[in-house]
Amino acid sequence: MKATKFLCMLLIFFLFIVSGCSPRKEKVSYEKEGKPAYGDALITASLGEPTNLIPILTTDAPSHEVASRIYNGLVKYDKNLNIVGDLAEKWIISPDNLQITFHLKKNVKWHDGKPFTAKDVYYTYKVITDPKTPTAYSGDFILVKKAEVINDYTFRVIYEKPFAPGLISWSVSILPSHLLEGQDITKSSLLRNPVGTGPYVFKEWVTGQRIVLCANERYFDGRPYIQRHIIRFIPDSASMFLELKNLTIDMMALTPLQYLRQTEYGAFKREFNKYQYLSFSYVYLGYNLKHPFFKEKKVRQALTYAIDKKEIIDGVLLGQGIEAHGPYKPDMWAYNGSVKKYEYSKEKAAKLLAEVGFERGEDGILEKDGKKFEFTVLVNQGNDVRIRCAELIQKRLSEIGVRVKIRVLEWASLINEFIDKRNFEAVILGWTIPHDPDLFDIWHSSKQGKKELNFISFENKEVDELLVKARHTFNIEERRKYYHRFQEILAEEQPYTFLFIPYANIAIHKRIKGVSPAPAGVSYNMDKWYVPLDQMRYKSYATVYP
Amino acid sequence: MLRFILKRILLLFPMLLGITLISFFVIHLVPGEPGIMDLEMTPKVTKEARERIRAYYGLDKPIHVQYWMWLKRILKLDFGLSFTPDRRPVIEKITERLPITITINLASMAIIFIVGIPIGVYCAKYKDSLLDKSLTALVFAGYAAPTFWIALLLMLLFGVYLELLPISGVKSFNFEELSVTGKILDIGRHLLLPVLVSASGGIAGISRFMKNSLLEVLNQDYIRTAYAKGLPERIILRRHALRNALLPVITILGLSVPGLIGGSVIFESIFSIPGMGQLFYMSVMARDYPTIMGILVMGAFLTLLGNLLADIAYAVFDPRIRVE
Repeated sequence: MKATKFLCMLLIFFLFIVSGCSPRKEKVSYEKEGKPAYGDALITASLGEPTNLIPILTTDAPSHEVASRIYNGLVKYDKNLNIVGDLAEKWIISPDNLQITFHLKKNVKWHDGKPFTAKDVYYTYKVITDPKTPTAYSGDFILVKKAEVINDYTFRVIYEKPFAPGLISWSVSILPSHLLEGQDITKSSLLRNPVGTGPYVFKEWVTGQRIVLCANERYFDGRPYIQRHIIRFIPDSASMFLELKNLTIDMMALTPLQYLRQTEYGAFKREFNKYQYLSFSYVYLGYNLKHPFFKEKKVRQALTYAIDKKEIIDGVLLGQGIEAHGPYKPDMWAYNGSVKKYEYSKEKAAKLLAEVGFERGEDGILEKDGKKFEFTVLVNQGNDVRIRCAELIQKRLSEIGVRVKIRVLEWASLINEFIDKRNFEAVILGWTIPHDPDLFDIWHSSKQGKKELNFISFENKEVDELLVKARHTFNIEERRKYYHRFQEILAEEQPYTFLFIPYANIAIHKRIKGVSPAPAGVSYNMDKWYVPLDQMRYKSYATVYP
Repeated sequence: MLRFILKRILLLFPMLLGITLISFFVIHLVPGEPGIMDLEMTPKVTKEARERIRAYYGLDKPIHVQYWMWLKRILKLDFGLSFTPDRRPVIEKITERLPITITINLASMAIIFIVGIPIGVYCAKYKDSLLDKSLTALVFAGYAAPTFWIALLLMLLFGVYLELLPISGVKSFNFEELSVTGKILDIGRHLLLPVLVSASGGIAGISRFMKNSLLEVLNQDYIRTAYAKGLPERIILRRHALRNALLPVITILGLSVPGLIGGSVIFESIFSIPGMGQLFYMSVMARDYPTIMGILVMGAFLTLLGNLLADIAYAVFDPRIRVE
């Protein structure tokens, strides 16, 4: 009897909890563009939680994403990936390309009200290059021979050699010297209570749950319209998608499957806009060029001919990507669209392999000098896209008589035990495409040391020269010429089979206006997004429901 | 008795030392190092920068030196600073996540016992009846179904379709503005699904355990004697059978002590609960050695403590096994 009573009570408790106040979704029409107004909140979600909010000390994407709302650099990329001033009004590059003089904006205030000056820039430079600072980003800054404060609003850097990527390296988040000078930055309270100059002011960080940012009313580029930006930490992408469907987050990157199939119903389309742009990354099949077969250019070309890139894009990405032919994406100024392309052709592949001396053995596998053409492709665990790519490649190459084995490895052991030790034959990996086209670290023959990134051992004198020349030239036209030639050589050599550049798909709630995808993505103008007054959802803090 | 307990307590220390020694070396064997896990394959990160970060975390020293340094600190109960860029004290990271994990685990343990034991008793009493079989089937289905799948289905039903419960997280944004009852209700609403889901697996174990243990007791001679002298079944079951059958539950309780601070990565991630499971998982992924060691040491200590307590409780409740 007691047990029944207890169960009844439990049931009542359950009903009580379940029937608690739950806001029904209101039916507001979000179709009208409306007028910009101040207010409302934007709720985004992040799979990971930031580690801290001093960007030079962190390496994870969530930290940098939040920090980018709080801090500014001296320069930044605009929507078309041109370098424009951020905290710098303008900059002058000396005729010998060795000096950059930044003239800083004068009306900029830190979030605590103190004025921003060249001292802050100098401090940031000093702390990055200080050997005691555990930062990963000192590489670009130790090339600076001398940095000096000319006056409160002028800052000059002098390089040993002309260094074209140097300019954009000053997009590094500038830190407040009046709060950090003379302190141990790794123990600063700013790690969790950052003070910047950016469009949003840090408000609170609830560990494991969220970070809340508020609009900076004194922002030098105009007060952002959306009053609050809340970043929730939701470590599971399936839960995040449910939160999106439940309208409890406003913005989320979608997988191709979610983009094409799971968001194509009326209720979702009534509430969300979907956007698409080319992501800054590509996936490739890299060959270890020390391998006796892969040494041969014709072999690599043949493999590229034999791999059907379109099939991979259709099968793995559901069509949400484009074929890659080189290390840049088509909407960048350095991109060369007229390089040699390898259409899918079994015949051409077979012909090239025959020229090198491969013949089919009894079991149908190609052989040369008694050695069978078989190799292992390494892929990292958990990356289903790459694993499926490997499977399609395996099938296509088996058709021309090449036997491919697939080995799936945990990320850290893939890198430390196989890539770093050059103990691999081929690998499927991806690179982030940097906004600045400098790829010295990946393709220059001097970068083959331990932990360096030319792990496929690519050596080409002309590429070496082009890369060095390009990074020492500021003139875009001239740099473009170098990079065009560089891409032609890569296309001819095929040290990688460049596979694809995926699209980034993103859903953003319809009440949020002003979103316009560009080569730079969508978030470049977030501080100009707005919600018209009659479409606002979170009018006061209390109404923000999880 | 007292000597027995003292001996057991003294034995704890070499065991703890052994556990830390093995764990320390094993986690250092795993490829990848703290601070640079996100930096693998990142251009712009020079070799010098890597070396700088290694030296900053003291990883350039030989491993036995690192262990000695760690051991010296831990003897003063200092768990050290985390090896992630936030550099917070490990103890702070752990304590801020403990309450939520302990709450969920206690609640789910309570449900497991409250639901599981009656089911077991019922199944033993009416062995092989239709209800016994269907209950067993149901309980096993709950045990076999993957947690993440059940969790997502429940979230979809209660969160998206019925809009009755929040989908993830522990507190609403307006939590601070709620009244005390409001706060309790709010947390209750958030924790209802996680607790149910985490309990769903455990019920199967405890009910089967209870059933078997009770069946064994019911076959004993003294139960037959009790029946023979005409005692009502209720009394036989409650006073004679159940008491004896519950003894092994003490062992289970003891074994679940370390489980109190261990969270499940899977349901914590799905429900976005900032608990211990997530902390441990993230620490492992970031190779945050001090945090991993901190959690392992606490877990090891609680395991040993739980075993000790179970042994003592057993001796107290069951005169038969009291050691001479």
